[in-house]
Amino acid sequence: MPVTTINGRGIHVDDEGFLTVYDEWDEDLGKALAAQIGIDMTDAHWKVIRFLREDFATQFETATTRRVETVGGVPTKEQFKLFPKKPQKKMAYIAGLPKPRGCV
Amino acid sequence: MKRLLVLGGGTAGTMVVNKLRPRLPRDDWKITIVDTDNVHYYQPGFLFIPFGIYRPDEVVRPRKRFLPSGVDLLLGAVDRVLPDENRVLLADGKDLPYDYLVIASGTAPHPEETPGMQDEEWRQSVHEFYTLEGATALAEKLQSWEGGRLVVHIVEMPIKCPVAPLEFTFLADAFFTEQGMRDRVEITYVTPLDGAFTKPVASKYLGNMLADRKIVLESDFMIESVDPERRVLVSYDEREIPFDLLVTVPLNKGADFIGRSGLGDELNYVPVDKETLLSKRYDNIFAVGDAADIPTSKAGSVAHFEMDLFPDNFLRHIHGLQMTQKFDGHANCFIETGHGKGLLIDFNYEVEPLPGKFPLPGIGPFSLLKETEMNHWGKVLFRWMYWNVLLPGKELPLPALLSMAGKDTEDLP
Repeated sequence: MPVTTINGRGIHVDDEGFLTVYDEWDEDLGKALAAQIGIDMTDAHWKVIRFLREDFATQFETATTRRVETVGGVPTKEQFKLFPKKPQKKMAYIAGLPKPRGCV
Repeated sequence: MKRLLVLGGGTAGTMVVNKLRPRLPRDDWKITIVDTDNVHYYQPGFLFIPFGIYRPDEVVRPRKRFLPSGVDLLLGAVDRVLPDENRVLLADGKDLPYDYLVIASGTAPHPEETPGMQDEEWRQSVHEFYTLEGATALAEKLQSWEGGRLVVHIVEMPIKCPVAPLEFTFLADAFFTEQGMRDRVEITYVTPLDGAFTKPVASKYLGNMLADRKIVLESDFMIESVDPERRVLVSYDEREIPFDLLVTVPLNKGADFIGRSGLGDELNYVPVDKETLLSKRYDNIFAVGDAADIPTSKAGSVAHFEMDLFPDNFLRHIHGLQMTQKFDGHANCFIETGHGKGLLIDFNYEVEPLPGKFPLPGIGPFSLLKETEMNHWGKVLFRWMYWNVLLPGKELPLPALLSMAGKDTEDLP
C-alpha cells in the first residue's frame, strides 16, 4: 500500500491516490486534496463532502451521485457544477473515501 | 402453523419455494408466493427477440407450472410490508401475516425517471428490450429500419444483466452485417462507466471487441435528459449524442412497495448481509435475487448460486442456529457476440472476470473471456436448462462458490 505525503503528513493511498484509511482524513487534508485537482472549496462543496463522510461512517461505502442527490439533498446537476466532469470520483477523492465501486 | 411468505414468483422466488418446500414439513409450514400475474418470462431470451432469433411465445410460460404442490400462488399487487407487525398488505385489501418473509421482487426498468425518454419518441425512435413489449416493438422497428445512427445506451448502474447491452450491440453489428447494410449504420455504445465494462480485465477485452467492430465507445456519460425533438441524449456535463435509433437501458429500481415500506435504499433495493441475504434490520426478512442490494450482478445466475446456499442457511436460522454458508457473489454469464459465437465470464465479489477454461480447468468445454462457438451453444442450451433444471430447483453440476482453478491471472495488475 503506497504512502504519500500531503501537508507534511504521511497518508495511505491506493494506486490512484484515493485514501485508504478513513481516520487519516480531516478537513485540512480535504482542502489540500481538493486543491490538487483544481477545486477551491466553498460551503456548497463542504456540504457534499461532509455528507459523504457521515454517510460512509454508517454505510461503509462511498455514496453514489444518486445517493448524494436523494439522501444528501444535493441535485446531480449541482454536483456536476461543484465537481466538474467526474463528480463521483472527485467527491470521493476529496472526502478521503474509496473510489466508488462499479458493480459488476 | 408457521407461515413463509415469498414476494415475487420470478427466477429467485420460484427457486426459493422449490428448494424449501421439500425441507419444511407440510404439517408445520404453509408457503405462499405472491405475484401480480401468472406469467413467468425467460428474461435472457428478450435479447434475441429484436433480431428475430426467438419468438415471443418461446420466452413465456405460466408461473404455476414451475411451483411445487403445497405452495399457494396468490395473485395480487403488494401495497406494503409492515415489518414491525409481520404482515403484508395487498392492494386489494388482503392482509397476509407471516413468520418469515422472503422478498424476491426483482428489479425493473423505469424510463419515466429520465426526462424526455418516455415522450413522443418512445417506441418510435426510442426503444428498450428489457420487457417483452419493448423487445417485440424493437423487432418490428428493426425490420423496416433503413440505417443511420444507432445508439445503445445505459442510464445508470446497476442494471439487470449488465452484459446484455454489450450483447445487444454485438448482435446488432452481426445483424446489420448479415442484412448487407452495416455500412449504413453507425453504432455508438454510451455508458456511465469509464470503459466497456465494470472490471479492468473484462473491460479491456470487451473494449477491444467494440473497436474491432468499429463501434464507438462513449464513456463516463451521465445522462440528464433525452431531447425527443432533436433526437439527442444530453449529459450532465453538457455533451450531446445524436441518434436515429436509441436503444436504452432505463434506470433500474427495485419494487415500489419496498420504498413504501421503508425497507429499501435509494433505488428500492433491500439492504442485506451479502453472505447470508438476511435483512440488516429485520431478523425474519430475507431478500434474494435482484431485490437485494448485494454488490454483484443483478442476474439469474446470481440467484441460482445463492439458492445452492440459502436453503441450508434458512433452515439453520429458523432453528435459532448460526448461518454457516457464506455466499461469495458468484455469477457466470454467457455473452453473445454474434455470428454464432459467444463469450463466458465467471466472477464474484472479489475476483473479476478472467480468461481461462470453465468448469474444468484446462479442458472447459467453455472458454472464459474468449469468443467460441461452444460458448454460444452453452447459451442456446441454457434456455432448456432454465425451464427444466434451474427453476424446479434441481442440481446443476456447477460449484456454488467461485473456483480459481482454470483461471489465467497474468493480466491482473
